[in-house]
Amino acid sequence: MLNEHAKLLALFKQTGEIIGRKKLQKMVYIAKKMNLPFNEKYQLHMFGPYSEELSLRVEEVCQLQFVSEVKEKKGGYQQYRYELSEKGEDFLSMMSFHFPDATGMLEDMNHKSSKFLELVSTVLYFEELPKKEVAEKVFKLKAKQNYSEADLDEAYAYINRLHQVAPKKGAYS
Amino acid sequence: MNSKTELHIQEGVPPDMRRPDGKLDEEKVFKDPVHRYIHVRDELIWKLIGTKEFQRLRRIRQLGTTFLTFHGAEHTRFNHSLGVYEVMRRMIGNLEKKSEWDPEERLVCLASALLHDVGHGPFSHSFEKVFHMDHEKWTRRIILGNTEINDILLQMGDDFPAKVANVIAKTYDNKLLVSLISSQIDADRMDYLLRDAFYTGVSYGQFDMERILRVMRPQEDQAVFKHSGMHAVEDYIMSRYQMYWQVYFHPVTRSAEVILSKILHRAKELLADNYAFKINPVHFTTMFEGEVTLKDYLKLDESIILYYFQAWEEEEDPILSDLCQRFMNRRLFKYVECDPSKQMLIWPELQQLFKTIGLNPEYYLVIDSSSDLPYDFYRPGEKDERVPIHLLMPNGELSELSRQSDVVEAISGKKRTDHKLYFPKDLLTDQTTFPEEKRRILSLLMNQEG
Repeated sequence: MLNEHAKLLALFKQTGEIIGRKKLQKMVYIAKKMNLPFNEKYQLHMFGPYSEELSLRVEEVCQLQFVSEVKEKKGGYQQYRYELSEKGEDFLSMMSFHFPDATGMLEDMNHKSSKFLELVSTVLYFEELPKKEVAEKVFKLKAKQNYSEADLDEAYAYINRLHQVAPKKGAYS
Repeated sequence: MNSKTELHIQEGVPPDMRRPDGKLDEEKVFKDPVHRYIHVRDELIWKLIGTKEFQRLRRIRQLGTTFLTFHGAEHTRFNHSLGVYEVMRRMIGNLEKKSEWDPEERLVCLASALLHDVGHGPFSHSFEKVFHMDHEKWTRRIILGNTEINDILLQMGDDFPAKVANVIAKTYDNKLLVSLISSQIDADRMDYLLRDAFYTGVSYGQFDMERILRVMRPQEDQAVFKHSGMHAVEDYIMSRYQMYWQVYFHPVTRSAEVILSKILHRAKELLADNYAFKINPVHFTTMFEGEVTLKDYLKLDESIILYYFQAWEEEEDPILSDLCQRFMNRRLFKYVECDPSKQMLIWPELQQLFKTIGLNPEYYLVIDSSSDLPYDFYRPGEKDERVPIHLLMPNGELSELSRQSDVVEAISGKKRTDHKLYFPKDLLTDQTTFPEEKRRILSLLMNQEG
C-alpha cells in the first residue's frame, strides 16, 4: 500500500525537517543516485534535476496529513517547511517494508545549502560525462548561479564522500 | 554508414530528389486528421521517418490502455510524433518572421520534435513502473547508438546526433529551442492534447493552436505570449485540466493499467522462480533480468506483448492466467474512492481476508494514486522549478500567466490528488465460497468510500 509514499516518509523520519521544495527535490535525487530505493523519474529543469512525480507525491502525503507543510514568507518569496507528522509515523510503522538506515548521509545533506545540492545533483545528472564536459555543462546551463571551479571541486569531493557511505547498488529496490 | 543503411536511404529517397540544400524536389505531405496536412520538405526528416526505429512507433499506441475506455483511442506514437514535428515546423515558420534562425538549429529542432518519443516502448507507462526504465534514456540510446536513425543524423555532421539527443534531454545550450519541445506549453503537449481529444472523441480538449503560435514571441530562454493572446493560452490550460481528469486519469483506464502492471509483475516473479512457461517468453527475458540490449528493446511492440498475454491466458499459474484473461477480455477491476489515511486502519484485516479466500492481495488489492500518472497540471508561480508560462505585457514586461488570468488562477488552486482502490468485485460477489469473509470484505471496502 503506497510503497513509494512510504519511502518518502522514511526519508523524512531520517532527515528531520527539510526546508524548501528545491532542497527536498535535490535530496531525493541525490539519495536515489546513492542507491536508496526511490523510483521517481527526474528531468533537468531550471534548478537541476526535478521530478514532477515527486512534487505530486509530496502534495499527496501532505494532503493525507502524513507530512506537515508549513508555508512561510522569507524575503520576497514563499518558503516551505516539511516534517513527518504523527499520523505519518503511524502509517510508516504499519508498513512492512525495509528502508535502509542512511541517517548520517541524509542529515549531512540536509545541512547543505540548496544551491550546493543543486550543483551536486546537476553533476550527478551528468555523471557519465568526463569532469571537463560536466564543467562546461554546469557553467553554460547554470550561468545564473555563478558556480566557480572551486564549487565544482567541492561538489565532486562531496559526491566521493557520499559514495563511500552509500549502500551498494542493487542492495535495495 | 553501413551498406544496409545506404540501400535503405536510396530506397527511401530516389537520387533525383536529392539537392545540395538538403531539400526534397517535391514536398511530401501526410494527411492528418488533426493538422490536416503534415508537410515534409527536408530530406533529413523524410529519411528519418523511413527508418525502422521510427516505423516501429506505428505499433505503439499513444495512450496505452485508454482504448479500453475510449474505443477510438487507437492512435499511435507514430501519428503523434509526426504531429509534434508539424507543430514545430509551423512554430519555427512563425518565429522565423520575428528573429533569425540558424538553418542547422532549425533542423536540430525539427529532428528533435520528430524523434522526441522514439524511445517509448509498448504500454510504456506500466513497463517503466515495473522495470524501472526511462523511455528518455532509450530515446538517447536510439539516437546515439547503432541504428538507422543514428546513421542518418550523422550525415548532417559528427555532432548532430548528440545535439538532437541534448535537445530532447533538455541539456542543449539553446534554451529557447529546448522550451519549444519541452516546457509548460510546447509542441509535444499541443499535439497530444488536440490529438488525444480527437481520437477519444471527447468534446473538450480544444484550443486555438494557430492563434497561440501567432502570439508566440521568442525570448532568450523561452517563448512568451503576447498579452492579447491570453485567452487562447487559457483555453490550452483548460484543455490540459479537463483532459487530465476526463481522459488521462479515467478510473477505468487506470484499472486496465493496474492489471497490466500486475501481469508484468507476475510474469517477472514466475521467471525468477524458474516457472516453466508453456511458451518461453524470450522477448521478456533480458528485461526481467535488467540487462536489455538496444536490439532487444527495439523488438518489443504492442503486438508482441498482446501475443504473450493471449498465450498466458492458458498458463497453469492461476494468477497470471486470470489477470491476462481480465486484460484481454476487458473484465477489469472495480474501484472505490480511497482515503489511505483511513484505509491504513483496515488494511491489515483486508489483506488477511483476501488471503483467507485465496486471493493474493499483492495482485488483487491495489491502490492507485494520481502521482502514478505521467501527466501533469499547469503549476503556476515564478518560484516553481519549471519555467512558467509568461505573457508579454503591452509595456514590454513579462508577467506569469496566473497573475493575469482569473481562469488559470482558479483552476491552479484545485485539488490535484486522488487515490482509488482496485479489486475484483466479480470474485467477491460470487459467494458460493467463503460467503462470510466476502461479505466482510465488501462491507469494509464500501464503508470506507468517501
